[in-house]
Amino acid sequence: MNFINLLKIALKAIANNAFRSFLSMLGIIIGVGAVIIMMAIGQGSKNSIKDQISSMGSNMIMIRPGGNMFGGVRMDPSDMQTLKVEDYEAIVKNKYYVNYVSPEVTTSGQVIYGANNASTTMYGESAEYLDINSRVVAEGEMFSDDDIKKSSKVCVVGQTIVDNLFPNGGDPIGKTIRFKSIPFRIIGVLKAKGYNGMGMDQDDLILAPYSTVMKRLQAQTYFGSINCSALSEEYTDQAITELTGILRETHKIKEGAEDNFSIHSQQEIMETMDSTMNMVTLILVVAAGFSLLVAGIGIMNIMLVSVTERTKEIGLRMSVGASGLDICNQFLLESIMISVTGGAIGVGFGWLVSFAANTLLNFPAEVPLWSVVVSFIVCVIIGVGFGYFPARKAARMDPIEAIRYE
Amino acid sequence: MAEDTRKVIIELDNVKRDFQVGSEVVHALRGVSFKIYEGEFVTIMGTSGSGKSTLLNQLGCLDTPTSGEYYLDGISVRTMQRRQRARLRNRKIGFVFQNYNLLAKTTAVENVELPLMYNSEYTAKMRREAAEKALTAVGLADRMEHKSNQMSGGQMQRVAIARALVNNPVIILADEATGNLDTRTSFEVLVLFQKLHAEGRTIIFVTHNPEIAQYSSRNIVLRDGKIREDVENKNILSAAEALANLPAPQDD
Ligand SMILES: Nc1ncnc2c1ncn2[C@@H]1O[C@H](COP(=O)(O)OP(=O)(O)OP(=O)(O)O)[C@@H](O)[C@H]1O
Ligand SMILES: [Mg+2]
Repeated sequence: MNFINLLKIALKAIANNAFRSFLSMLGIIIGVGAVIIMMAIGQGSKNSIKDQISSMGSNMIMIRPGGNMFGGVRMDPSDMQTLKVEDYEAIVKNKYYVNYVSPEVTTSGQVIYGANNASTTMYGESAEYLDINSRVVAEGEMFSDDDIKKSSKVCVVGQTIVDNLFPNGGDPIGKTIRFKSIPFRIIGVLKAKGYNGMGMDQDDLILAPYSTVMKRLQAQTYFGSINCSALSEEYTDQAITELTGILRETHKIKEGAEDNFSIHSQQEIMETMDSTMNMVTLILVVAAGFSLLVAGIGIMNIMLVSVTERTKEIGLRMSVGASGLDICNQFLLESIMISVTGGAIGVGFGWLVSFAANTLLNFPAEVPLWSVVVSFIVCVIIGVGFGYFPARKAARMDPIEAIRYE
Repeated sequence: MAEDTRKVIIELDNVKRDFQVGSEVVHALRGVSFKIYEGEFVTIMGTSGSGKSTLLNQLGCLDTPTSGEYYLDGISVRTMQRRQRARLRNRKIGFVFQNYNLLAKTTAVENVELPLMYNSEYTAKMRREAAEKALTAVGLADRMEHKSNQMSGGQMQRVAIARALVNNPVIILADEATGNLDTRTSFEVLVLFQKLHAEGRTIIFVTHNPEIAQYSSRNIVLRDGKIREDVENKNILSAAEALANLPAPQDD
């Protein structure tokens, strides 16, 4: 029997039981929809993390205090205070593969100008912060080495701060704002960069000389971290080796002893995040996949009912010349069509939800094309896999007994 | 003998069919032998349980004998595989069932097309044409697109007959084709079978009704799985005449 005839028969059978077919499709629709949404979220998050990190510069290297337990538990609070000004100076003096260096001390708090206030984060940095993070000062200027030496109370602000503190316009340059009650004179405004892929406002910050933040705000003698950039991306490994050598020397770490700082490149972080995201996506997809299994069992159930209900029809078809294979194919095609149609609707549904999340909620979600292809293949497999048993049952019926069935 | 010049369509040679029911064996057919020639209109009669349906299932290649040989159009059926028998049913046999057995929610013409769906030599167009021709032959040219639940019993039975004709079979088998119909409609169906007979078709017609035997060319009587009587009918009555002589329906 040719395929078109089979298709006609299967279509008619589905149409005759449209509501029931739809109900058994529903499981597949939800299952495939869930898988597509999970994959879209996974892919979207990965892409946005990637965007964010590469916008920060892929040759960036971060030095943090404490041993190599990136993201893990840290033992001793004194370990957190190992990065000092001497380290920074040693790096600046001895660097070869390292291009720019900026120590970093951050503190969050309230910033006030006149009647307006906002809470934000102040970054104590060196002027090379701009080069490392690919930022530029749009108006005014960056603080100078002299400002750092004198711990001047000057700052460069992001556009969001300007918007919050000067809602009525007016030139912010030269104005004095108060951050945690300390007055700072604005000497520059950063060119706006907007939100990053994770939905973080990259213009909601205040840059100030690191010395000012350490002495006048925090009264601390250590840095939170030191950020550097390698000459270029391909020199990242050499730069890390160089930095390790410099810091081990200034920290007087004996051979064989462990570092009391950790150095990570942007690439490394990117890879770690990538594999973490892959893992999370995989778990979500597997969970959603289980609903497909349940949906498949639902289809099998409906097909078994259908085969029993249509025993007489099967007997009739056989008595006018349908072979077991014809009958088997008919029911297989029916279950494949239910699951593939359900899959198609599910893909549409998942895509719609992802699209809505992306445009309305600004949530990173991107349906990868391959996930659509995989969904279709999985639906065909479900249709064949769960339709096979009922179809075989139908095909093995005895025509005489089947046609007499009431 | 004159019979030797006619073509043999069916030949049964000592066909037996046993059914295992629990620990007991039911002998439904206890050795049946006969030949049916091209163009015969054979009625098969017998009491309930005498093996008529079992015999017809054998003839229709729906079942195989426990022992004995069955040749349909010269081909031995007993040794065939399921698949080959399906093909044989599709190409050489037209089966009419007692309770019509039409597909639900399906139009007359689609019901008639059904056997041809399983014959890849037919295109959709050829199928449609053949189905329309068969429906016209049974007098349902104006009921092509009616669904099975929109027709009377007699009409449904005629659709079933059209379906049995559509593949141009070498033999038409009918199991109590008039069993569910009133006298008048039964005669209408009988007229149809006589017309097919007149066109040269071979027909085997199982019935409970001894009257019907008078309208066929040969009558085989079964009892307890054996042939008790096998007589030719030299004086075939006309069903059309009988129908004309029936008292007219009251409310017409
Ligand atoms: N599938 C079966 N399994 C067991 N026994 C069967 C089966 N089919 C038929 N029989 C037995 O074979 C015998 C003949 O049955 P069959 O149906 O051929 O009779 P019949 O002449 O058609 O009767 P009726 O006029 O009532 O239709 C009966 O005794 C019946 O019980
Ligand atoms: Mg019977």
